[in-house]
Amino acid sequence: MSAIKRDKQALARRVAQDIHEGMTVNLGIGMPTLVANYIAPELEVLLHSENGILGMGAAPAPGQEDYDLINAGKQPVTLKAGGAFFHHADSFSMMRGGHLDICVLGAFQVSVHGDLANWHTGEVGAIPAVGGAMDLAIGAKETWVMMDLMTKTGQSKIVPLCTYPLTGIACVKRVYTDLGTFECSPEGLRLIDCVEGLDEAALAQMMGVTFVH
Amino acid sequence: MINKIADSIAQALSGTKDGSTVLVGGFGTAGIPSELIEGLIETGARDLTVVNNNAGNGEHGMAALLKAGRVRKIICSFPRQADSYIFDGLYQSGKVELELVPQGNLAERIRAAGAGIGGFFTPTGYGTDLAKLPNGEPKETRLINGKHYVFELPIHADLALIKAEKGDRWGNLVYRKAARNFGPVMAMAAKKTVASVHEVVALGELDPESIVTPGIFVHQVVRIERVATVAGGIKS
Repeated sequence: MSAIKRDKQALARRVAQDIHEGMTVNLGIGMPTLVANYIAPELEVLLHSENGILGMGAAPAPGQEDYDLINAGKQPVTLKAGGAFFHHADSFSMMRGGHLDICVLGAFQVSVHGDLANWHTGEVGAIPAVGGAMDLAIGAKETWVMMDLMTKTGQSKIVPLCTYPLTGIACVKRVYTDLGTFECSPEGLRLIDCVEGLDEAALAQMMGVTFVH
Repeated sequence: MINKIADSIAQALSGTKDGSTVLVGGFGTAGIPSELIEGLIETGARDLTVVNNNAGNGEHGMAALLKAGRVRKIICSFPRQADSYIFDGLYQSGKVELELVPQGNLAERIRAAGAGIGGFFTPTGYGTDLAKLPNGEPKETRLINGKHYVFELPIHADLALIKAEKGDRWGNLVYRKAARNFGPVMAMAAKKTVASVHEVVALGELDPESIVTPGIFVHQVVRIERVATVAGGIKS
């Protein structure tokens, strides 16, 4: 069976489908940033950036960059009318205090129960860096992960138990991948959708997990 | 007359002692008080504990302070960057100690110090390797209304170096865009706060409804020239 994978853009479009009018959303560094390109322009969705921005807009035109106005990935952005700036303690209060509707993060591994590992490979000699990952993971009302389902060597990144150092426990609600969309729950993993050419049985076999219904 | 305007960075930073804990504002390209960091190097103070979101880029600012061998320990959330090779080398050869703190815990621990809070329970980091003390022992935890929390202590400092946009002689500050970041909380948490500003304005010129950091938290204000900020930081 040959599956038609979602490429990065298609995956970003799939995530954006579930973002609705009026939501406040934090998009993590890397692939999640692409989601902003697919949020329908007629929707009022507030993008939050950990470094103190609410109402973040698109990248500026070349030559219009302002390096006092950057996103968490340190790239220049713009501010929408109605946007606001605030300090770091307020910004992280928005996360930890449960004020954000959704955050979308990348991951090394997610467990079927929603444990997240995305900050450190635990490799000896590697310099650890966490940034806002732990605060985001446990803070938003819903934490979504966006990643390729399988590693380059063919291992599922959705696992019964994470082997990489944890970012947060039971914090991931949904996992959007190139092959399908999943829901993590205390009971286990549910399949929400999958790409053409795959079905639940094929995914279960590839991933080495059983789905709950 | 209260006048917190310093004639020079050297004057503002005079009396900085060896062994100080220094909060340094900035996130990415925004709000880094580069001139004040250079001034800190000039003071010759060593054996410093530095608190910053990152651990320096390239060879300037924080990286230069590290390279000069003035830093004993760095407390930060994101040391590893594309061009953080000065820190990387010092860390890997054991010449600088690292306390890695989730970014929100870092901001809140600094805020707690400024607000006179003796510690707080936070859900961030619960069940992770960062819920451990430097000696590897688990930090205190508590189950509150069905949710797990980790006890975190405030981060008090001797000196805070922050960058603002405008200031007056009472030390009132306003910031520019996302350059605000850690400035307001760091200003609260140090025995002495030095702010660089691009503009010194007369008392009353800053709209009192819009002052972000009231002067009570600021001890010295130094005017610096505006220089174009260049891109940098994380290459993802």
